[in-house]
Amino acid sequence: MSPNMERLDWKWPASPSRRRWLQRTAFGLLWVTGLISIGILVLIVAFVWVRGGGQINWAFLVTPPEGGLSGEGGISTTIVTTLILIVVTVAIASPLGIGAGIYMAEYATESSRRGIIPILVNAARAGVEMLAGVPSIVFGLFGYALFVTALKLGFSILSGALAAACLVLPVIIRTTEEALHAIPQSYREASLALGATKWQTTWNVVVPAALPGIITGIILSVGRIISETAVFYVTLGGSHNMPRSLMDPGRTMALHLFYLATDTRAFDKAMATGVILVVSIILINLSINIISRRLRAKVRG
Amino acid sequence: MDFRPKITVERYYLYYGDFCALRDVNIQIPAGQITAIIGPSGCGKSTLLRTFNRMNDLIPNVRVEGKVEIDGADIFSADVVELRRRVGMVFQRPNPFPMSIYDNVAYGPRAHGVRNRAKLDEIVERSLRDAVLWDEVKDTLNKSALALSGGQQQRLCIARALSVQPEVLLLDEPASALDPISTFKIEELLRELKKHLTIVIVTHNMQQAARVSDYTAMMMLTSEEERSGTVIEFDRTVTIFTNPRDPRTEDYVTGRFG
Repeated sequence: MSPNMERLDWKWPASPSRRRWLQRTAFGLLWVTGLISIGILVLIVAFVWVRGGGQINWAFLVTPPEGGLSGEGGISTTIVTTLILIVVTVAIASPLGIGAGIYMAEYATESSRRGIIPILVNAARAGVEMLAGVPSIVFGLFGYALFVTALKLGFSILSGALAAACLVLPVIIRTTEEALHAIPQSYREASLALGATKWQTTWNVVVPAALPGIITGIILSVGRIISETAVFYVTLGGSHNMPRSLMDPGRTMALHLFYLATDTRAFDKAMATGVILVVSIILINLSINIISRRLRAKVRG
Repeated sequence: MDFRPKITVERYYLYYGDFCALRDVNIQIPAGQITAIIGPSGCGKSTLLRTFNRMNDLIPNVRVEGKVEIDGADIFSADVVELRRRVGMVFQRPNPFPMSIYDNVAYGPRAHGVRNRAKLDEIVERSLRDAVLWDEVKDTLNKSALALSGGQQQRLCIARALSVQPEVLLLDEPASALDPISTFKIEELLRELKKHLTIVIVTHNMQQAARVSDYTAMMMLTSEEERSGTVIEFDRTVTIFTNPRDPRTEDYVTGRFG
């Protein structure tokens, strides 16, 4: 111990009351802000439920809409169309998005890469960030110009799914990349040190460990597809008939809600559709929690 | 005991960009022996160790000069996948994969193309036995490796490294995150393994180096300005600890600094 180290002899300020007051006020304020935010959400759901909940019964779910100004009928065909669109969109977007995410996280940043590739990847990353913030109607118009018109796919489920795939691609790329970045470097080192190749390491160790995050990204995009309206407004055609092929036009639940609310007098039916949408989104979010927790538990043991 | 070199390092330099991290390293690692690499923090012990299985390739802007040979063959022109099969590595923190115990040990052989289930079973059992872990886990092979204790995880990592039948085993402070009993088990294990393997171990713990190794390499920074690491003395462990040539080695092993 150095000789000039002396005990500092001074009194600690003896007024904890001010700090305690600050502590209480700060947490009180945080509590109020939380309460207000949750309150608003509950209000919205309650409003939709009160206005539309009474319309919901089995017949509403299994009857097709009749169209016309009165907005008679149920929503059966729009449920089917929504489900088909989810499947087709995810089938198009997830291989592309997961592949791009893996490339950006695992390969593009390799030490041996120099010159143009890192620059391109940074540009792509910035592009993905920006695309995630672009209003969805822009994707819709792009889809209209490319898929509906130029590629002559017409107003169809395929056009809608392709446009929606462009919309959710940034979400899947980002969540995949983030999930891969969260995997400890020590897993990669352990695998490479055994003589596994980069691809074996990525496919057998890194991607399985990142699967909960990757799946979360896909379920998030399912939520996006369910709630999306603008993209489908300009690509899907809006027919309320049951689609018989991917080239048929269609109408999702959210789009149906929009038509009911703007073109018909059936505001209660619009609200009832809203209830179904809200319930679907809640179920989606619950399933994200359950699936990622299950997978994590399986991975951790 | 005759001295047969397994790894030969001559006039070896390693640069991170412009910074020279290892300068003029010359050392011969004897076959079938345990060689400890000791020295103060930041003098390049791990960097030298990671040279032998080319893990430094993963770091951007690394450049090397000089000669590093295993059994007389240049490692920098070798196939890196085959090199890493022959030169296994155990890391500072236990890093089992988030898989079952079985899959952890079978991972290496599978990566190298072993598909036969009976063959894999045999490799897994033998590797776990060699790592003195078999009796503790033989009934729970399908349980997650992450449920094991730290010491068990580290022995699992050794079993995983042994599964591809390496000739050299590199250990980077393998016991620094473990309790004394687990440390003791690992040291015992290393003494057993050297019958079939050449072992190189980086350690901060001088008692450990003295207990476990046959030869010791003392590393040090060249100067405050250069801050490059180099091997200043290499000899039998007994000599390094009782009668070192270099006064800096004596200062270090007697605990006068470091």
